[in-house]
Amino acid sequence: MNLGVNLAGVQLKNPVMTASGTFGSGVEYSEFVDLNRLGAVVTKGVANVPWPGNPTPRIAEVTGGMLNAIGLQNPGIETFCKRDIPFLKQFDTKIIVNVCGKTTEEYLEVVERLSDEPVDMLEINISCPNVKEGGIAFGQNPCSVEEITKAVKKKARQPVIMKLSPNVTDITETARAAEAGGADVVSLINTLTGMKIDIHRRTFALANQTGGLSGPAVKPVAVRMVYQVSHAVKVPVIGMGGILTAEDAIEFLLAGASAVAVGTANFHNPSATLDIVRGIEEYMERYGMEQISDIRLR
Amino acid sequence: MGKKKETAVVLSQERIGAGIMSLWLQTKEIAKEAAPGQFVSVYCKDGTRLLPRPISLCEIDRENKRLRLVYRIAGKGTEEFSHLAAGDSVDLLGPLGNGFPIQEGKALIVGGGIGVPPMLELARTLPGEKVLVMGYRDETYLEEELRNAGPLLLATEDGSKGTKGTVLDAIRENSVKADVLYACGPTPMLRALKAYAGETGMEAWISMEEKMACGIGACLACVCQSAGVDEHSQVKNKRVCKEGPVFNAREVEL
Repeated sequence: MNLGVNLAGVQLKNPVMTASGTFGSGVEYSEFVDLNRLGAVVTKGVANVPWPGNPTPRIAEVTGGMLNAIGLQNPGIETFCKRDIPFLKQFDTKIIVNVCGKTTEEYLEVVERLSDEPVDMLEINISCPNVKEGGIAFGQNPCSVEEITKAVKKKARQPVIMKLSPNVTDITETARAAEAGGADVVSLINTLTGMKIDIHRRTFALANQTGGLSGPAVKPVAVRMVYQVSHAVKVPVIGMGGILTAEDAIEFLLAGASAVAVGTANFHNPSATLDIVRGIEEYMERYGMEQISDIRLR
Repeated sequence: MGKKKETAVVLSQERIGAGIMSLWLQTKEIAKEAAPGQFVSVYCKDGTRLLPRPISLCEIDRENKRLRLVYRIAGKGTEEFSHLAAGDSVDLLGPLGNGFPIQEGKALIVGGGIGVPPMLELARTLPGEKVLVMGYRDETYLEEELRNAGPLLLATEDGSKGTKGTVLDAIRENSVKADVLYACGPTPMLRALKAYAGETGMEAWISMEEKMACGIGACLACVCQSAGVDEHSQVKNKRVCKEGPVFNAREVEL
């Protein structure tokens, strides 16, 4: 049995990776998770300079999910290259760096800074709903998706994953735009914009008022979108959105994803990623499957 | 010091005040490693509640590997915990956070509201001279245990016990002098104590609270503002769950 998957020429030992923003750069979770057993670690978004993020409270729980409005707090690319990449290089896993910016130039500055770093892929975050500039502003219009993808592809030395927003009328349009711009892979979904109001305090649960909804509550939306996008584009799709268990991950693979990312589940179960790898193995064994691509709809 | 996720067994639970629960847990490892001022993440059984609840350690029995959690029923998660009974199991992650540093000199140990519980284990642990000042709205709880740990002054908002007013009113009324201040409680109380410590030249260690998701420093939900640029974040932010929850009052902006 072989769990390996190939994403744009990068060979992952299994299809399970972490979802950006839920796992830092792996340092904290490495106490609970043997990072050598993951297909890839996708880091928290990093910008050209340190970002302070949003005021608190930054998170709120909702039924079957959570809202977050961290606001892409990050230490900036210099600290990241000096501290986080050497940490991750100690492990036999692929490193995917999530890149954020307020302007095209800021994205490109990070992409160029990473060109000589030992990272395997770049994931371009054009879908964060919690920052005023950049993020989702690039991700909701097919024209700007294509433009920024082209600009990034021109500078990037590593394969490029464009991370898509579900906060659009038709996600296949932005997926096709990313593909037209030269994206090697697309990943989806980022969080759905939501809001929670505290009825006793009569105020917003989050200081940012709105936040990104994640967790099992979004899974059916995510599975549907992964199915649509995987039929609309030829490039591989990384599926995510509410994956808690191996069963959830398998649903995404059946919907057409080549790999999956695990996010909010890490908060619920620090070793969720490893449990999912194990569960996929058991599923393949049960149904006599030899490779991940055997997990497909009849 | 290793953090562990494990399943603990409930030894007993009782209501010790209006909406205040006292839960004794038998752990496998967590209690052995725990120190005053640290906390545990407690997981709900109801799968629609994904995030663990951070709860401070009120008493640590290292020898028998037992923990006492005293918490307030504040929402659906803690409501769920309030129904735990002897023999039930509950998943924990811990011990988390840094805990209180043990400093030399006379200690002034201050708790307010649901900030009282972690101060009990600290008071029991601190070896030297100490005085405890605990503030409540009206009804007190943990009073006997606190009194056994050291000289205790009370402040109540309604004046039903001790000084009528805040913990700071009680400190002033009794002319309490000390070298080191340790405190946990609502932000306005911590702010007032930080100012008071500054005026009187006391070193002050305060335990902070913020909404958390991961509890281990990865998600950056629970940050507080720091006076200087933090080494990890590279901005003026510190993680309450990781660099804290206990900070030197000079390090943080309240």
